[in-house]
Amino acid sequence: MDETLERTVPKIVTSRIGIEGSHTLETYLATGGYTALRKALTSMTPEEIQAEVMTSNLLGRGGAGFEVGRKWSMLKSAPLRYLVVNGDESEPATFKDHMLIEGDPHQVVEGSIITAYAVGAARAFIYIRGEFALGLERMQRAVDEAYRYGALGRDIFGSGFSLDLVVHPGAGAYICGEETALIESLEGKRGYPRIKPPYFPAVIGLYGAPTIVNNVESMSNMPWIVNNGGAAFASLGVGRSTGTRIFALAGHVNRPGNYEVEMAKLTFRDLVYSPEYGGGMRYGRQVKAFIPGGVSAPWFGPEQLDLPLSQDDVAKAGSMLGSGSIVMMDDHTCMVRAAWRITKFFHRESCGQCTPCREGSGWIEKMMRRIETGAGRESDLDMLLDACDNIAPGLSWPPAQTTICVLGPSIPSSVVAGIKMFRDEFLIHIKEGGCPYGR
Amino acid sequence: MSGFTPEMRARAEKICSLYPKVRSALIPLCHLAQEQAGYLREDLMIEIAELVDVTPAEVYGTASFYDMLHTEPVGKYLVGVCTNIACLMQGGEDLLEYAEEKLGVAPGGTTDDGLFTLEDMECIAHCNKAPALQVNYRFFGPVDEDGFDKMIDDLREGRLADDVPSHGTLIREERSAPIALTMDEVLKERAVSDAAIAQRKVQA
Repeated sequence: MDETLERTVPKIVTSRIGIEGSHTLETYLATGGYTALRKALTSMTPEEIQAEVMTSNLLGRGGAGFEVGRKWSMLKSAPLRYLVVNGDESEPATFKDHMLIEGDPHQVVEGSIITAYAVGAARAFIYIRGEFALGLERMQRAVDEAYRYGALGRDIFGSGFSLDLVVHPGAGAYICGEETALIESLEGKRGYPRIKPPYFPAVIGLYGAPTIVNNVESMSNMPWIVNNGGAAFASLGVGRSTGTRIFALAGHVNRPGNYEVEMAKLTFRDLVYSPEYGGGMRYGRQVKAFIPGGVSAPWFGPEQLDLPLSQDDVAKAGSMLGSGSIVMMDDHTCMVRAAWRITKFFHRESCGQCTPCREGSGWIEKMMRRIETGAGRESDLDMLLDACDNIAPGLSWPPAQTTICVLGPSIPSSVVAGIKMFRDEFLIHIKEGGCPYGR
Repeated sequence: MSGFTPEMRARAEKICSLYPKVRSALIPLCHLAQEQAGYLREDLMIEIAELVDVTPAEVYGTASFYDMLHTEPVGKYLVGVCTNIACLMQGGEDLLEYAEEKLGVAPGGTTDDGLFTLEDMECIAHCNKAPALQVNYRFFGPVDEDGFDKMIDDLREGRLADDVPSHGTLIREERSAPIALTMDEVLKERAVSDAAIAQRKVQA
């Protein structure tokens, strides 16, 4: 028997989810909360924490999957530096940060203070999506409690380290999850992504100062890494995909939900069909296609169900784990409608700075709508691919970019995958003058 | 119409003090203005401009970027039905159609009594409870037709008043701990803590 199956995999970030009052300081302290911060501030140097995080090889949990330790090491030296925690979760079908913010806000706060200490940040900000009203309230309460407990403010735990942390509400804009747009938004402006170079946040970020932007789930891993060491984290998972990760499983499964599993050990099939996780497809139907990592990711078909949940394996197969959200679509799903809805989303959320994205998303959305509603022409398919090619030339993966940020090249993902995988279904819509699924 | 009430003005000034650069308070102040008036009234935008040291046009220009900031009045309850991919898979479009029928308005419209504004929303990160919706950014899901009817009746009768405040009230939590260090102090403190860290390193 495979010995890996007998090993218990720890719940690193979701250990308190489901416990009564998990969002309160009382429960947090009763379950080991703030021991890591105490350890970090009183017995570790910032360099030692950085080294542990580097050893852990924690990959950023926001979507790009960049090594957190490497990101920190790129932070430019300056008298003033900032930490910004990205809680603007808006990638469609991703709902893990929502759970962490509402369910365990102190863990995010503790991870943020550890990080601020490790990178020498002068002030930390937690930017939370405006639509998370309860999450904002709970995070604000957690920060207030942390101040009263002595984990924030002046001379934390008598270590000589001081930090202020501000909870900042967004106001409804998908693009503000992009780190430079988030910084603009935090500065009180429209959420327009900045041009990179020169505006890499680690060099020129918030108020022009070097800034680290890390995701809420990345921060939630910090207390465990400090308490158990980077090597213990890296011993979980396979290759570059270390530790555990939350996968947000949605769509046509019996048990949609957030599941924290060891990286790269399970396959998509395991996650979808195991009674412990997805519990199989709804009504016992077949998988027609699935989205492996948020709607920016190209679709996979049933033949990719046996891929492991690893960043590199999914990338090699032509898509991405992205934000960790998996959407299952069964054999009763209209793929034209699914792709159209995703395109409509990008059209609404394009910030409008770059022509290929602003105009392209609109034209693609119009063509998709006309195919779905019965006014499509056969030439539309080539025109769609051409419009997609104008945004991401070559239509390869990872996509080429003609725009300031990656929202643009995310637009073609579903349309190109849809036409490639389900060309016949698109043609039926065109020939029969409408959707065969009756909508 | 003359701007923030004294109580709101005090809260606004407190929010301004949280940031190294005051313009960062612009969006939080817009939320505060909506809490007072239900939407971003012109006089409030003018006062925000004064508070964060920009022109009123810049406040309007910034606010117009964001879906949650409304420069026109909306109903007491903003009902946002999600139709994005995960909810689409579970009947989100049918739910939106039902909501249109029930409320008698299309997305973007407000009922005659001024109670409800309907919105067709993008993903609200509640996908394990699809089809999901938000009322004034409080989550409901999964919602079927009967559940929608009951929710609307409950809102109308004030039975959900504790869970769902009027539109505009986002964070019912005021920050109780003030900022401990000014940015000047941060720089001085950093020098001290850097020295302490350096010493610990030597000891190690």
